[in-house]
Amino acid sequence: MMGKLLFRNAFRHTLRTLLTLFGVAVAVLAFGLLRTVVDAWYAGVSAAAANRLIIRNAISLTFFLPIAYGEKIRAVDGVQALSHMTWFGGVYIDRKNFFANFAVDAKTYLGLYPEFIVPEEQSDAFVRDRKGCVVGRGLARRFGWQVGDAITLQGTIFPGEWPLTVRAIYAGRDRSIDENQLFFHWDYLNERLKAVSPRRANYAGIYVIRIAEAGAVAAVSAAVDALFANSLAETLTETERAFQLGFVTMSEAILMAIRMVSFIIIGIIMAVAANTMIMSVRERMHEFAVLKTLGFGAFRLGGLIAGESFVICAAGGALGIAGTFPALRIMSHYVSNVFPVLDITTATLVYDVLVVLAVALVAALFPIRRVVTVPIVAALGRVG
Amino acid sequence: MSTDRPVVVEIRRLSKSYRRGVQVIPVLEGISLTIAAGEFLALMGPSGSGKSTLLNLIAGLDRADSGTVTVGGIEISALSETALAAWRAVHVGFVFQFYNLIPVLTAFENVELPLVLTDLSRRRRREQVAMVLNLVNLQDRSDHYPGQLSGGQQQRVAIARAIVTDPTLIVADEPTGDLDRVSAEEVLVLLERLSREMGKTVIMVTHDPRAARRAETVKHLDKGILAHDGEAPVPECL
Repeated sequence: MMGKLLFRNAFRHTLRTLLTLFGVAVAVLAFGLLRTVVDAWYAGVSAAAANRLIIRNAISLTFFLPIAYGEKIRAVDGVQALSHMTWFGGVYIDRKNFFANFAVDAKTYLGLYPEFIVPEEQSDAFVRDRKGCVVGRGLARRFGWQVGDAITLQGTIFPGEWPLTVRAIYAGRDRSIDENQLFFHWDYLNERLKAVSPRRANYAGIYVIRIAEAGAVAAVSAAVDALFANSLAETLTETERAFQLGFVTMSEAILMAIRMVSFIIIGIIMAVAANTMIMSVRERMHEFAVLKTLGFGAFRLGGLIAGESFVICAAGGALGIAGTFPALRIMSHYVSNVFPVLDITTATLVYDVLVVLAVALVAALFPIRRVVTVPIVAALGRVG
Repeated sequence: MSTDRPVVVEIRRLSKSYRRGVQVIPVLEGISLTIAAGEFLALMGPSGSGKSTLLNLIAGLDRADSGTVTVGGIEISALSETALAAWRAVHVGFVFQFYNLIPVLTAFENVELPLVLTDLSRRRRREQVAMVLNLVNLQDRSDHYPGQLSGGQQQRVAIARAIVTDPTLIVADEPTGDLDRVSAEEVLVLLERLSREMGKTVIMVTHDPRAARRAETVKHLDKGILAHDGEAPVPECL
């Protein structure tokens, strides 16, 4: 009976209810999208392995490390495997086709990243071909590449044309793995640098090592950095997670702005929903007075108003959450080069639900207070 | 008041005033009154005489400045808001001038509404609602919404809602004020039956001398003071 009354009251002013419901849906959708974008920013951090360390030039990432460091690092106690990679920054046909591309030590790189699933024969073919490259499944799909296709990157940091052959296509072990990267042989890059710019040859951007025990991070990091202390290229060794987090920190202000906008949206929809509930209850104040006359107490009246608010907000919230999935698919299509992983997380869904509950509660508070405190005689006096 | 019946409402030196800014407007001044169980009392008086205020105080809808109201042995003027709400749910049935039915509920559901506050099972509630709708002769209109009923039918639904919990008191504020003559007559007959045949105590505020004639007792209020019985008799011609 009370449920019936609650539902009928919620949809009594159909247009107003639908507009509020739509507002809640849009707010929840926007909140979910913005939070997913923030999560996407942290995707690299989430995907980082606990037993992988990154060794970079202590001054800055823009300064490289001598290739000779590799053997010394490999000899440090606790280092199980080593590889290196260099940000290449090449462009495929046009700058708008941006994707991450690296020159890597082909023989060792894939072994360090088991999350990249590559068929063995393709992996071998990549290692054998000096001009071969490995591309992510997403990238291959985006440009229609297949194994054996010839592609050319235009160098930006390393000028010139760089013809490559797709030898392997990797798939991510799970959805959090970026499938929009390209890796090719550092040897290929280094050969040409030796010829055209010898001073830039024999350097790598960063070293990646796998350590035997995740608990030995501090000891191995200290040992590696001690090796090159007071050298021309001192190193900074950190976990892959800390390294990725460093990139995110650079955009902290933007992330903060996005988070603030997402909460401002919630604030606005709280005001809109509260306004709807206040108007709706004010119009029916004499009915609440009649209910009070019949003996309905504060708890039941509060339940009726809160329930009505919840019905509207829950319907809007459900619509918003349901809409988030197709919206993310569409968004992903346009921004996959910037955000390769754009999946809504369970945490975001939980936040969505909490937001809906909070909006429903806040929207109901003022009208509940008004209905509970208004004297019956005064409220009945509103009728003719 | 008939002396062989127990007193159900006892009012002693009841005063009430309203404030309008700094101005204090007295509405009731030292009212004392007793109403017997099963009595049908009409409260009459000009606009602003305080009759609706007195009805509100008897029904526990408002608080007096001083004096006491005792209904069925309970001094309701001393009850808290929560206790008063619970008391109203059990002891008072209301009939308003403008019916005050909930427009999104059917006649059946409107009558069922006060029973939601009781411990009755759903089946028992439905039986009770069907019984009172039958009593007000609206069993065939139970699925109609208030907007689909005439004024007289709506008021009969309101009466059914007022009696469905079998209350001690039925209070009616101008129950015929918004009805045509035929519908008003039907409502008055119904209230009279509730008092005479079912022993309900009915207190009715009315302007209408014709309505007052149905009552067993008529009390007159003027400027917040209760006149003695018979001071303002109802003209026989009406």
